[in-house]
Amino acid sequence: MSSIPLTHILFVSTALFFIGMYGLFTRRNLITMLMSIELILNSVNINFVAFNKYLYPDKLNGVFFSLFIITVAAAEAAVAIAIIINLYRNHRSIDVEETQEMKY
Amino acid sequence: MLIDFIILMKQELIITVIIFILLLLKIGTDISNEKILNLANGLLLLNLAAGFVGNQQGMLFNEMFLTNPLIVLEKNILSLGTLIVSLQSADWLKKHDHVPEFYILLLCTLLGMFFMISAGNLLMFYIGLELSSIPLAAMANFDLGKRRSSEAAMKFIMSSAFASGLLLFGISLVYGATGTLTFSEMAGHITGGSLQVFAFVLLLSGFAFKISVVPFHLWTADVYEGAPVAVTSWLSVISKGSVLFAFVSVLYTVFKPMAATWYNMLFVLSVLTILIGNLFAIRQNNIKRFLAFSSIAQIGFILVGITGSSQLATASVVYFVLIYVFSNLAAFGVVALVSAVTGREQVSDYKGFYKTNPVLSWVLTIALFSLAGVPPTAGFFGKFFLLMSGAGKGNYVLITIAALNMIISFYYYLRIVKAIFMDANEQPIERLIIPAYAKLAMVICIVGIIVTGLAGYVYDYIHSLSFGF
Repeated sequence: MSSIPLTHILFVSTALFFIGMYGLFTRRNLITMLMSIELILNSVNINFVAFNKYLYPDKLNGVFFSLFIITVAAAEAAVAIAIIINLYRNHRSIDVEETQEMKY
Repeated sequence: MLIDFIILMKQELIITVIIFILLLLKIGTDISNEKILNLANGLLLLNLAAGFVGNQQGMLFNEMFLTNPLIVLEKNILSLGTLIVSLQSADWLKKHDHVPEFYILLLCTLLGMFFMISAGNLLMFYIGLELSSIPLAAMANFDLGKRRSSEAAMKFIMSSAFASGLLLFGISLVYGATGTLTFSEMAGHITGGSLQVFAFVLLLSGFAFKISVVPFHLWTADVYEGAPVAVTSWLSVISKGSVLFAFVSVLYTVFKPMAATWYNMLFVLSVLTILIGNLFAIRQNNIKRFLAFSSIAQIGFILVGITGSSQLATASVVYFVLIYVFSNLAAFGVVALVSAVTGREQVSDYKGFYKTNPVLSWVLTIALFSLAGVPPTAGFFGKFFLLMSGAGKGNYVLITIAALNMIISFYYYLRIVKAIFMDANEQPIERLIIPAYAKLAMVICIVGIIVTGLAGYVYDYIHSLSFGF
């Protein structure tokens, strides 16, 4: 049984990256935007693990990098959610369309 | 080994110790804000002084962490900027409930910047970048009850998370194309293939977000306006300066074989950045937004310098950031003082400022002259070296556009000077008492603006440490 080729996995990760980007640009709810950013970061994780497994299996650089990404993403989400809660307290909404006091 | 570790990572270790001291202080007894401020400023001064003694070069942890005299100098510039920002924010923090937290977040970002500059590996670089940007979002939200502050923090964390997503995707592709994360090994594998160019574009856009180069600058003005003034000055000077240092070293070591490709990208980006930064700065009425767009234009000039890719280029970028620290922080110092006491931030509020506050007017004027690049001030020499380095490549279209834009920038900088000195105002800003710390910060800035330009020794020293190809 032949294994899945690398290109298939890269296709999935690139698709995930652009789905995340699309979600970030079109969604107007801050929590959903945060989820889109998580999609982008997970696509990067898939990339790292796939490259490590298929191309450079003798070192574990890629796997370690993805571990760090998961950790940092958790920290980032924690700070972002704290900021969103504070935004909700001040604006009574987490819709980006309604938080636009400052515009050029 | 342990001795090496302590000596090479000295600056990071000192910052970590200061963070722990402040944390313990927070847990411990009730101390008045004034005492904490005195202690924090003293510790930052100590940190700055310690940066100048007993430096060595070398690498640690299998090339994860590098240090050399140029990196030490860059860290010292950032420490100096931190001290000035801390002195300026003393007056604002005095009335705040969370003084130790502010310093902890501030020093965490500084620690992240130090690791980012010293990084010899993309993993280390990424961790440093995140450590320097996540606490910054919390700092932008430091006026907890203000609507604008929370809006600014939201915009900042969203755009910086997206930027690090782009950067990471670029890093993952670079890893796929080269098989390594270490800068020195990576340079040998970069050939300029299409995958590598794509990865570089993603990396570049991640960087461009952080230093607000034009297609990615949209968060800048809003965040600057909404965040507390101390955080704004920190964002515009220290945060950008550190990313610029890291950008130059990544560009010149890792992507050296692709120089022909990125030269053209930087050419387009710098022209756009200078032009749009200048044109938008003309129409701003809020002085913080005005300074935001002027800082975007300054980043454009720095990109002109970076395109040079010679020893002169590195030297001119570091030199300009040093000058930029002094001149922008002097301007922000005055704006912070006025906004803290009167709450007025419009350009029109500064009409007739000279009648009531002659000293502050002169400080602001010298700072603006330095930002615009008027000869006796250091800003002129900074921009001169940047353009000279850009001209080294023989692309005179770029230099002409940059020089013409300097003239446009005179218009909007001098508009403020005109408002200060010439325009009449029925309700000028009242006479302000300058607190001792802010006065000290202004003196440091003004001396810096005048001395770094005229003392050729400073530039020669930076030039002797620089590298290029």
